[in-house]
Amino acid sequence: MNRFAALLDRLAYEPSRNGKLRLMTGYFRDTPDPERGYALAAITGALSFRHAKPNIIRALIAERADPVLFELSWDYVGDLSETVALMWPARVGGGERTTLAATSSLSNVVTTLASLGKSDLPAQLAAWLDALDETGRWALLKLVTGSLRIGVSARLAKTAVAALGDKAPDEIELVWPGLKPPYTELFAWIEGRAGKPVNVDPAPFHPVMLSHAIEEADLAALDPSHFAAEWKWDGTRVQAVAGEANGRRVARLYSRTGEEISASFPDLTDALTVDGAIDGELLILRDGRVQSFNVLQQRLNRKTVNAKLLEEFPAHLRAYDLLAENGEDLRELPFAERRARLEQLVDRLDHARVDISPLVPFSTWDELIAARADPAAAGAGGDAEAVEGVMLKRLDARYLPGRPKGLWWKWKRDPHVIDAVLMYAQRGSGKRSSFYSDYTFGVWTAGENGDELVPVGKAYFGFTDEELNDIDRFVRNNTINRFGPVREVVHDAAKGLVLEVAFEGLQRSGRHKSGIAMRFPRISRLRWDKPPHEADRLETLQTMLRSEDAATSVRPLARAASAGADS
Amino acid sequence: MAYLKAMRPEDILKPTAAGLCSQIGGFHIDPVRPVERALITHGHSDHARAGHGAVLATQETLDMMRLRYGDDFAGSTQAIRYGEALKLGRTEVSFHPAGHVLGSAQICVAANAVRVVASGDYKDVADPTCLAFELVRCDAFITEATFGLPVFRHGDPRAEIAKLLNSVALFPERAHLLGAYSLGKAQRVIAMIRAAGYDKPIYLHGAMEAITRYYASRGIDLGDLRLVRDAKKAELAGTIALCPPSSLQDRWTRRFPDPVSAFASGWMRVRARARQRGVELPLVISDHADWDGLTATIAATGASQVWVTHGAEEALVHWCTMKGLAARPLNIVGYGDEDEGAAEIASAEAEA
Repeated sequence: MNRFAALLDRLAYEPSRNGKLRLMTGYFRDTPDPERGYALAAITGALSFRHAKPNIIRALIAERADPVLFELSWDYVGDLSETVALMWPARVGGGERTTLAATSSLSNVVTTLASLGKSDLPAQLAAWLDALDETGRWALLKLVTGSLRIGVSARLAKTAVAALGDKAPDEIELVWPGLKPPYTELFAWIEGRAGKPVNVDPAPFHPVMLSHAIEEADLAALDPSHFAAEWKWDGTRVQAVAGEANGRRVARLYSRTGEEISASFPDLTDALTVDGAIDGELLILRDGRVQSFNVLQQRLNRKTVNAKLLEEFPAHLRAYDLLAENGEDLRELPFAERRARLEQLVDRLDHARVDISPLVPFSTWDELIAARADPAAAGAGGDAEAVEGVMLKRLDARYLPGRPKGLWWKWKRDPHVIDAVLMYAQRGSGKRSSFYSDYTFGVWTAGENGDELVPVGKAYFGFTDEELNDIDRFVRNNTINRFGPVREVVHDAAKGLVLEVAFEGLQRSGRHKSGIAMRFPRISRLRWDKPPHEADRLETLQTMLRSEDAATSVRPLARAASAGADS
Repeated sequence: MAYLKAMRPEDILKPTAAGLCSQIGGFHIDPVRPVERALITHGHSDHARAGHGAVLATQETLDMMRLRYGDDFAGSTQAIRYGEALKLGRTEVSFHPAGHVLGSAQICVAANAVRVVASGDYKDVADPTCLAFELVRCDAFITEATFGLPVFRHGDPRAEIAKLLNSVALFPERAHLLGAYSLGKAQRVIAMIRAAGYDKPIYLHGAMEAITRYYASRGIDLGDLRLVRDAKKAELAGTIALCPPSSLQDRWTRRFPDPVSAFASGWMRVRARARQRGVELPLVISDHADWDGLTATIAATGASQVWVTHGAEEALVHWCTMKGLAARPLNIVGYGDEDEGAAEIASAEAEA
């Protein structure tokens, strides 16, 4: 445990990617199996302990520290594990500490946690915490709660493993889905002591390929003949995989991070009757029309589904790409070939729940610009409201896990923008825990005593580090009230900070006083120049909301209305 | 005399917009605005400001103010020795070592046998550059609370110095750039590095030259000190250089070969603090009392009333209340927003 803790500690402070790689490769080289395999599992997020929940840790510290002091400390530190590690009472007489810490190896901790019953967990955790030093306690708690947050992606950890041998990180990605901790066969293969591990799962997840954002100005540097374009649908990216093992059909649906969500979508997995791995968008279709994201949300994150839900929110897969077919891995093929195979497969499948995302024809960038401006006229037809932009994919691009450069681009529709007034600010967590970086903003509405601000949303990104500093200073110098970690800042007609807020859409919300919730709000500009009384009014948002509601039924008109609100 | 009734601590000292004020003594302590007569606890810029009529402080604090603000920083000055008692108005004042930086003092104000002690900033651990903190028993104790949360336990600073020297040995081709507040922390760290047996030259940022030379002139042995600006890049490989924290992310660092960024501060105990500043080698060395130090000191003063100034006052007030002590925060504007360390950093930046 000590070595693993030291590794995490150094990784957390190491700023450079290469430095992190050196640290990890060094650790994997010098640490024996199975210890290093469990470390790899921890860093890649492959471990989860069913019974280990943050509330167990909170209960443990509650027995040892005053609750008010703990809350204040947690608010300050911004991280539960670190707060508990720092506050945990030091043991008097550290004599037995070293012996205990030495015996609780990472492997021992992981296997014990996996087998321990819920009722035995707190005592075991407390015993470990007593035995470890601060760094060890921190590492243990990070491990148990499953959020390391040390600035290392799973991809980087695999790259460090690949560096042990002469393998490319992508080779590890390809075999990864079939592997389990502590990955002894992976290390054996990388170190040249055994052959390549075989992926035996009949319906494995394939790490997803992601895109980079692009803007109109960037297009000039690209050759339109190298790219295909398709709509970016406003749903949820999923992977639908079907195969056969021992004569039994297996069909699974995964989220883009590889989490299996099959149980929530039996209507869709039933439709997967052909072997293959389809990358696509999960949508709700009613009468052949794509419903808004607001509608889809009512089907998402449900652990159980009943007949009524299935009927009211019929799930649909709109296919983008084909990664495997009948056991053949297609990811090395260029996009154009995969697309041809996908079209054939969707034809063969011939199921109402699965269709193909059409290509957007264009030969010049101007044609694509026009299509993006008016998807309805460019082939999206009645589904145009559900288009949130276009995707550009290089025709010769292989399907690479992660976010490779120069192959896939997303070009989103312009967001909605309003001017709102900063009302409350809260300190962030993690790296931002000393900064007031979470902002609640409001717009004007008629109140009993004239116009007043009503909160309409919260945003915590979109600004630069420099702007964060400026807002932070503004908050500190203009606080009129403190509520624990929250500060109320001056916000009257003449004094206050106007934030230009960009967002993707609106939905009705009973939880907010304004009755409105924003989708994906972020700060797009600071309007130091603008007096608060010139900020937007709630009525503007209500008009936008009504046009979004209307969009579900009468699309073409609504599109015009919401485009008007855009500008 | 009929009007003579029992004195309450707030009759002796009370917070005003200009800072702690003693009406019956006719003075302020560490005022944040210019006043007629000021008693100054120590030389840090948020406590010692220029422009007062008369200033009473230890000789070292007066020297530091002169160094920083020039000869005419006050209308008149008067030095007071630790332990010396002085009548001011209807009060008697005395200064006692606070263990914070060279010349730092707690100020005890007494009237009618009621004693109020304003701690200024203090720490209750050994520091080779200043006299050890002296406990003064009192009725009301005005404490700082910079590290007033139980997550702050500072540990043994010698272990942190060892961490630095290990890293220097591990990376002989790199320079170690150590951010430290210019007044106090820098000199303490140098003295501790010397005590650990390191005798090579230590390099200084120009902003800390004068104050460090002053420490040396007061008989504190800091060894061979040189200026970064006089050294060539290659010479700086394998060396330790000190700079104000704000310079750690400055273009100034480009004159060092592949520098390791270190920072000596109590704030380094919280990871996010270190990461925010891009610190690779955080050293938990503080000139303020940690949580255990604050609570032990409060208990030992015997004070039945505790007033908490800048820092995490909420937690400390809560702790006092749990212990049956009457406690309240003194929201004196001007000691900065020290709950984030911003003021400490900002004042270091002002020094740089």
